[in-house]
Amino acid sequence: MMAKMVSLTIDGKHVEVPEGTLVVNAAKKVGVDIPVFCYHPKMEPVGMCRMCLVEIGRPMIDRATGQPLREEDGSLKIQFGPKLETACTTPVSEGMVVLGATEKAKAGREDNLEFLQTSHPLDCLICDKGGECPLQNLTMGFGPGESRYLYDEKKHLAKHVPLGELIYLDRERCIQCGRCVRFQDLIAADPVIGFSQRGRSLQIVTYSEPGFDSYWSGNTTDICPVGALTTTDFRFRARPWELRAAASICNHCPVGCNLTLNVRREAVSGGKWVVKRVMPRQNEAVNEIWICDKGRLGYHFGRQNAERLKKPLVRKNGELQSATWEEALELVAERFQGVGSGLITLASGRLSNEDLFNLGKLTQSLGGRSLLYTSMAGGDLTTQIGFAPGTNFADMGKESAILVVGSDLEEEAPLWWLRVRQAAKRGATLIVLNARNTKLDRDAHYSLRFPFGMAAAAVLALVNALSPKRPELPESIQELARSNELKGAAKAFAEAKDAVILFGSDGMGLAETQALAQACANLLLTTDHFGRPNNGLLGVWPRANDQGAWELGWQPSMNLPADLAQAQALYIVAADPVSDDPAYLNAFDGQKFVVVQDLYLSQTARLADVVFPAQSWMEREGSYTSGERRVQRYYPALQPIAALPPRVESPGTRRAPLLTGLRAELDGPQADFAIPAYLAEKLGFEGFAHASASLVFARLAAETPSFSGLTYQKLAEVHEQWPIVGRADMYYGGTAYENTQGLGAQLALAQNGASLLSWPQAADFKLPKLGGIAFPITRLYDRGATLMHSQLLHKRIGEPYIVLGEQEANRLKISQGGFVRLTFTESQQSVVVQVKVDKNLPERVVLAPRSFGLPVSGPTPVELKSAG
Amino acid sequence: MSKEKLPYFLLRHREIPDLDNLEVYRRNGGFQAFEKAVTQMEPTAVTEVVKASGLRGRGGAGFPTGLKWSFIDNKNWPHYVVANADESEPGTFKDREIMEGNPYQFLEGVAICAYAVQANAAYIYLRGEFWDLAARLDQHIAALEAAGLLGENLFGTKYSLRIYTHLGAGAYICGEETALLESLEGKLGQPRLRPPFPPSYGLYGKPTIVNNVETLTNVPLIIEKGADWYRSMGTEKSPGVKIFSLSGCINKPGNYELPLGTTFRELIFEHGGGIPQGRNIKAIMAAGASSSLIVADERALDTPMDYESVPSVGAQLGSASVIVIDDSVSIPWLIDKTTHFFRHESCGKCTPCREGTFWMSHLTERIANGRARREDVELLYDVASQIRGKCLCALGEFSIEAVLSGIERFRSDFDVAVGEIQVAAQVEQVPASD
Repeated sequence: MMAKMVSLTIDGKHVEVPEGTLVVNAAKKVGVDIPVFCYHPKMEPVGMCRMCLVEIGRPMIDRATGQPLREEDGSLKIQFGPKLETACTTPVSEGMVVLGATEKAKAGREDNLEFLQTSHPLDCLICDKGGECPLQNLTMGFGPGESRYLYDEKKHLAKHVPLGELIYLDRERCIQCGRCVRFQDLIAADPVIGFSQRGRSLQIVTYSEPGFDSYWSGNTTDICPVGALTTTDFRFRARPWELRAAASICNHCPVGCNLTLNVRREAVSGGKWVVKRVMPRQNEAVNEIWICDKGRLGYHFGRQNAERLKKPLVRKNGELQSATWEEALELVAERFQGVGSGLITLASGRLSNEDLFNLGKLTQSLGGRSLLYTSMAGGDLTTQIGFAPGTNFADMGKESAILVVGSDLEEEAPLWWLRVRQAAKRGATLIVLNARNTKLDRDAHYSLRFPFGMAAAAVLALVNALSPKRPELPESIQELARSNELKGAAKAFAEAKDAVILFGSDGMGLAETQALAQACANLLLTTDHFGRPNNGLLGVWPRANDQGAWELGWQPSMNLPADLAQAQALYIVAADPVSDDPAYLNAFDGQKFVVVQDLYLSQTARLADVVFPAQSWMEREGSYTSGERRVQRYYPALQPIAALPPRVESPGTRRAPLLTGLRAELDGPQADFAIPAYLAEKLGFEGFAHASASLVFARLAAETPSFSGLTYQKLAEVHEQWPIVGRADMYYGGTAYENTQGLGAQLALAQNGASLLSWPQAADFKLPKLGGIAFPITRLYDRGATLMHSQLLHKRIGEPYIVLGEQEANRLKISQGGFVRLTFTESQQSVVVQVKVDKNLPERVVLAPRSFGLPVSGPTPVELKSAG
Repeated sequence: MSKEKLPYFLLRHREIPDLDNLEVYRRNGGFQAFEKAVTQMEPTAVTEVVKASGLRGRGGAGFPTGLKWSFIDNKNWPHYVVANADESEPGTFKDREIMEGNPYQFLEGVAICAYAVQANAAYIYLRGEFWDLAARLDQHIAALEAAGLLGENLFGTKYSLRIYTHLGAGAYICGEETALLESLEGKLGQPRLRPPFPPSYGLYGKPTIVNNVETLTNVPLIIEKGADWYRSMGTEKSPGVKIFSLSGCINKPGNYELPLGTTFRELIFEHGGGIPQGRNIKAIMAAGASSSLIVADERALDTPMDYESVPSVGAQLGSASVIVIDDSVSIPWLIDKTTHFFRHESCGKCTPCREGTFWMSHLTERIANGRARREDVELLYDVASQIRGKCLCALGEFSIEAVLSGIERFRSDFDVAVGEIQVAAQVEQVPASD
């Protein structure tokens, strides 16, 4: 249904906008910048900074006839109010006349800016926001030029107030616009900061322990219109005007948030380019203008620190020693030759589409097997009935249903949590189906709990409630299946015009997620919710490019330890199985030839015969395929280690230089897609590209049906987005970057989308009478090798722990913070870990966060004993 | 000019001893109006009577009470009634006397209002300093519940009502109705953007009627005696009686219940006993600290105190807290007091008020302490003018009233303060007005 259109004039420009549009936004659409501080286009207006004051006139209506009054010349008679009005709180009305450039309006702005400056410290010279500061810009643009306020009468306030260890507040700079508080309340749904006191003593305080306890805190520094809120990571580290910007994509989770990496060359780093901060880049179909704190603060692993691998290593006399690329490539090519089906290439979704394509192609050429290193299955289904092109959470509202099953969404893919929540706020029916409570429950219309281990059965129960061909249900799901809640949810899902399912891996491993995905696919097929925009299946994958790996034909092994043990040669790329589970050690018996390709000397790399140093995603080009099946490009931000000096061709002001020096001889880390291509060259295989990611992508698109028609040029296309952010008027949307380098493109669905599926195995799962079952869960901040390079986050990550229910804790006589000895029944290995207590968990359930050093990749039998 | 003294209608405890005892109040006709309303009148009929009476809000804005009640959004439920007992305007102390002396009439007014808008819960928001009073009101409410006058199924009907008291934490701004609602919800006391107004979006986002204590205290008598009776007092557009809180340079400060339209002269010189020590009256603040300074000339003294007439002397009646200023008072000293008050009480939500009151207080302090130059007076006038018309709520707009009118109407006091006029014995020789 189209909204009614309203026409009005703003500073003489005619504009037609939907009814309900605010004057400030209507102005923006025709290029009239009405200055704002408290207003933000992503949040409801509050009208408190009073910066957007304009003159507003409305047509006069004859009370008797209800007709508009006219001037002698026939034009509408316009009546202006006695006061200036706030453009940010006033909706447009037919025939309205907005004047923002009159003497009265200009005086209003000047007055307000003079007021603001009476309390502002004017420490722009040392302020991190200086150079991209709305207050600075607006004062220059609309301010009085000089102040009549006596400097000595300024109120001085604390300048280094930690709101926790991640965000600092400068009380003097704060102009009390409340954007941060409203963001936390309304968008992040973590109301952990607020105003305290009043008047000139009004100040932002944190209510939480640890301070500012939210995964979204960094966004408040973007939308802060002054330098009051800064991240500990960036404050006092660089000036905005020294920074160049490189478009990038976050590689921590499958959302694929669009990023800008800000870099500069600096003396303290030996004249090298260094990433100074990570900023959100607008993509309204992906992350809007937000990113989570993991994306913002967890980039340090990609930087060029001392621990990075710089040269290939070759095992000589039992020890890994530096070697030339020539030597290492020769050796590997020689050993891979003829190994045939004895070769397993194991790679993770941390790699780009191009990397996985070349690795897969090399493995295929050698006759080996390509295996995806992951703990979650179901990608064979998301390639068929995944999100159809044109799907966008922003378009989901009253006519949509969203089922989130088996996922702690904010922990697994924060931006999807944010966008699903907003869709629910717009009226989409949100069904949360999980074994335990999660933050998403707060916004759900149906919060359904299934017994641990019964995710697939729970989805089948939804199918059962709808379909004439009813799958049989195991006993322990019957109670849920009979509930009116579940029946209501099933009905709402089936009857919604559009519906999507997000399935995760909360408490599940490969086998369980495979069954779950199959059940979800059945539900979508049964209810005809696939193959068109805003319908389909979304895997909440553990890694950024898992979807891309599935699209390119990579699949996990259902019994990886055995497969690895039987292989004759291993090529392990961007994966560290030995750190995740010591069981994999058996595969490294010294009998087989092992090649590891990574950024760092991982536990697995220490066992290799050859180690190839890889470039981080900051140092090279590439593309990822997000869970929503959007292929997005990222660009190099840094000069690769040991490359030739950059040839900088006077880059644009906010753009990073193109850093691809051609090398005469290979030196330093290489791109993950290039190394297999070098090997292919040595082996005499044709059809490999290594010179650039775009060449690889061209071959990939030519050889992969779902990528057909895509080019790097197409991925780089942009169109105007709303709200308009990041231009000279960064006061409007904050310092998120405008997207000038590509919005990406969504993949077509595989042809065999509608094929009927068999019912998945949904056997009964019962918790044991003795001991317990450890279920893996995902925490956003984990102890994985990548994130641990970001020291700033260590306090938030914490030490390894497990979560027990209250009864279980009582039975073991342990309280919150106590320690248990956790013994894995099968391997009889044991470990002492700290305990957190969640009163809602049932007995015999142990939650084990992934990447915290516990070898729990799926439901795992354990025994527990108090360890004081 | 003195007319026949009317009996008390609001301050009835001055004539009837122990009126804060429920038995006494009921013996004197108490709760008959409420019973009549609940058992014999449609809710809208109650609103119509109040509308017809012409009763206007006694908190300061003078908005027609019945009209406000009729704005309640009947598509959105539940409804709430909130009695504004924040009474924080300097110079206002009428609601306190009502609640102390004649609490049941006030509570009956709350109950009738709640019935009229079909609210089943009403809150009395008291300023934090009224903790003692809140405890007494709680006892009165308990007595009403014990007597079956509050609670479930009142008078055998389906109508139920509970009344609760709530203490603020000491902020002037919480007398502003939307800030009051925020505070009542447990949030920081800052005003909301209006519209929407409370009758459509009030407490917890639900339709809410917020009325001043004195306003509500009028209601039982209006229901009992009728709109025409009420209109027989006061003026045509400002009917009824009003409690004038008289303070400042006056012989007999206190609350005076008089018909609206009584002149300043009658209040100050007949009832208030005139100015101490025979000094001359210089200025009048009719609405507490939020007032413009009225030059107390003959015309002003003969001006009737009602909502329409006071603007003719460049001021507003407001809450009718009349502060009398005599010729011993320097106007710069006075506005230094008011600007410091507003600076202290500004909630900080909007820029002009937060920064403007802060700045003004520096300037008035310098001027009042003789450390200023002529330019500072000009600057003060400029700053105050800059605040005008830009604030989110009325607090900021009120903060400049005394400043602007003070400089405009008592300029010579400022000239003295900045040393432009030399005086030997300063205070006595300052002209009463110019």
